[in-house]
Amino acid sequence: MTDATSQPIPERQKGNLFQQLELDLRLLGMIGAFVILCIGFNILTDGRFLTPRNIFNLTIQTVSVAIMACGMVFVIVNRHIDLSVGALLATTSAIMAVTQTQILPHTLGLGLGNPAIWLITLVVGLTAGTLIGAFQGWMVGYLSIPAFIVTLGGFLVWRNVAWYLTDGQTIGPLDGTFLIFGGTNGTLGETTSWLLAALAAALAIWGLWGARRAKAGHGFPVKPAWAEATLCAITAGAIFGFIWILNSYHIPKRRLERMFEARGETMPEGLEVGYGLPVSVLILITVAVVMTIIARRTRFGRYIFATGGNPDAAELSGINTRRLTVKIFALMGFLCALSAVIASARLSNHSNDIGTLDELRVIAAAVIGGTALSGGFGTIYGAILGALIMQALQSGMAMVGVDAPFQNIVVGTVLVLAVLIDIIYRKRVGAK
Amino acid sequence: MTRNPKRAAGDTPLVEMDDVSISFGGIKAVDHVSVDLYPGEVVGLLGHNGAGKSTLIKMLSGAYQKETGEIRVNGQTVDIQNPRDARALNIETIYQTLALADNLDAASNLFLGRELVTPLGLVDDSAMEAECRKIMGRLNPNFQKFNEPVSALSGGQRQSVAIARAVYFNAKVLIMDEPTAALGPHETQMVAELIQQLKADGIGIFLIDHDVHAVMELCDRASVMKNGELVGTVEIDDVTDDDLLSMIILGKKPGEEAA
Repeated sequence: MTDATSQPIPERQKGNLFQQLELDLRLLGMIGAFVILCIGFNILTDGRFLTPRNIFNLTIQTVSVAIMACGMVFVIVNRHIDLSVGALLATTSAIMAVTQTQILPHTLGLGLGNPAIWLITLVVGLTAGTLIGAFQGWMVGYLSIPAFIVTLGGFLVWRNVAWYLTDGQTIGPLDGTFLIFGGTNGTLGETTSWLLAALAAALAIWGLWGARRAKAGHGFPVKPAWAEATLCAITAGAIFGFIWILNSYHIPKRRLERMFEARGETMPEGLEVGYGLPVSVLILITVAVVMTIIARRTRFGRYIFATGGNPDAAELSGINTRRLTVKIFALMGFLCALSAVIASARLSNHSNDIGTLDELRVIAAAVIGGTALSGGFGTIYGAILGALIMQALQSGMAMVGVDAPFQNIVVGTVLVLAVLIDIIYRKRVGAK
Repeated sequence: MTRNPKRAAGDTPLVEMDDVSISFGGIKAVDHVSVDLYPGEVVGLLGHNGAGKSTLIKMLSGAYQKETGEIRVNGQTVDIQNPRDARALNIETIYQTLALADNLDAASNLFLGRELVTPLGLVDDSAMEAECRKIMGRLNPNFQKFNEPVSALSGGQRQSVAIARAVYFNAKVLIMDEPTAALGPHETQMVAELIQQLKADGIGIFLIDHDVHAVMELCDRASVMKNGELVGTVEIDDVTDDDLLSMIILGKKPGEEAA
């Protein structure tokens, strides 16, 4: 076999602006829908929707569901479903609440406020979530019980394990350091946020450039340089714009005064300090990047999509699909525990109803984001956008003053419509 | 009369399936069947639907596990528990269903389970596409859809992806389960030429086919199965189309009375 017989590489086809940029039409559509939604609510609320404060709140409210939606993409792409994520979130939250308020400080005698508590709690919670997920995955993969049944059972089991562990009581306040994961209690401040934005923009451009070089190295056609540069500019602009908005939300004066008092200082007159990037949002971004790399650039991810596309083919290609199932559910469990950290820290306590109905929000976010329930298709960024759209709808309607029953009626209708639009889109572009 | 020099010289067969059986729910799908294969030889497996051809061969490719008997590769007894084991022994299979992940592109399917990775351990799509273009240049020069999911390909194009996958990884034993069933005349001819080429490279091929004429044209020997049992193995040069047909239909070897 010589290079001379290699298949010729066709010339790049010149197309319209969008084709030259090689942008994902589905992604553009979703962003468009999201932008229209936001502008619509902004008009209806006389400009209260698109304020730095509301955008800040919207992001921290979305994080918990969005993180689980990333895991749900893998589960659904692999032709499974997980109905137990909300209940699993409750159980891991309960385990962590009991660990940090009772077991570590009292039973083990570390004392309240010990600096090791948050870390041990985190390890315990994430391990528990991963193990529970792996156990459910083992039942799906090795015992061949349908995932729907395993996780429907898990839905009841873990919701009530959480109840049993806490006697149904609200446990709080949680460890002071642990609360950093919650949102307003843990933000990076303006300077660090700007630095992170610069780093993220540099990494994104480096990633785009690396992909271009890899393609060019094999003689494949690449985008025109202006298109690549435009993409880089848009990406960097989006990153800096997002940080600018978060930095523009200033810590309320009273709260700032209390923070200075706590340190025994007095606040200088007229000081304005922005919140910056919340730690929870940074975690979501990290999860999104890692999960996207897993999906596109690792064997694990490739096998998830292959198995979703054709389980028999994957099996015959030597992929251990049973072990793959265990890994996927273990990852889902890990992400549920991570969401539990963020959700309970945001509320600064563990309540018995934490995560209720989250399974539906998570599945809806993944599906609105273009994940096909028939398996094989789905993107991480889609699921996160789906979660954002759901949260924007919900809080937007609350701000406008839509009655509670109508809010849920609208969300349910939007879910079904989104899937219908997706089906029509797929038919148009000829993909399955 | 034998055409295969290795077999004539009394060498060790590439593959021996010795007295293997498997049953599903009490029905003997393959009942104490023995077949063998030498390097550079094409052995046809013939029989009606449900005669047990595919089941027999799936025990070699690792999709099923035999219940009795022995499988030897180059004279060594081997234990094939799953498709990974078979691949490790350089036994490659082209399934009737093609076994392609429809949502992935040609290169991803070609390397499925054996991805090329960068030094960081990440999947190297560009390198895989480059390799895919090379082998496709050899197998199917008309093939151009490298960046589309294989669901967008025609039957013949899908077939060439499946064949490329088996050929690319230095197969020693190639199992082809009705490779031309979904193909037009031109593509069938292409597969026939490919088989001759692989044979010349010393690869042993098991060819499962319904078409007696194809077997007469491509194979050196033919093993005929009926109701899970082996009717017999014959030299293609020694038999006519009608002999093979009567083996398939009546289950009797040439010169024998009907069973």
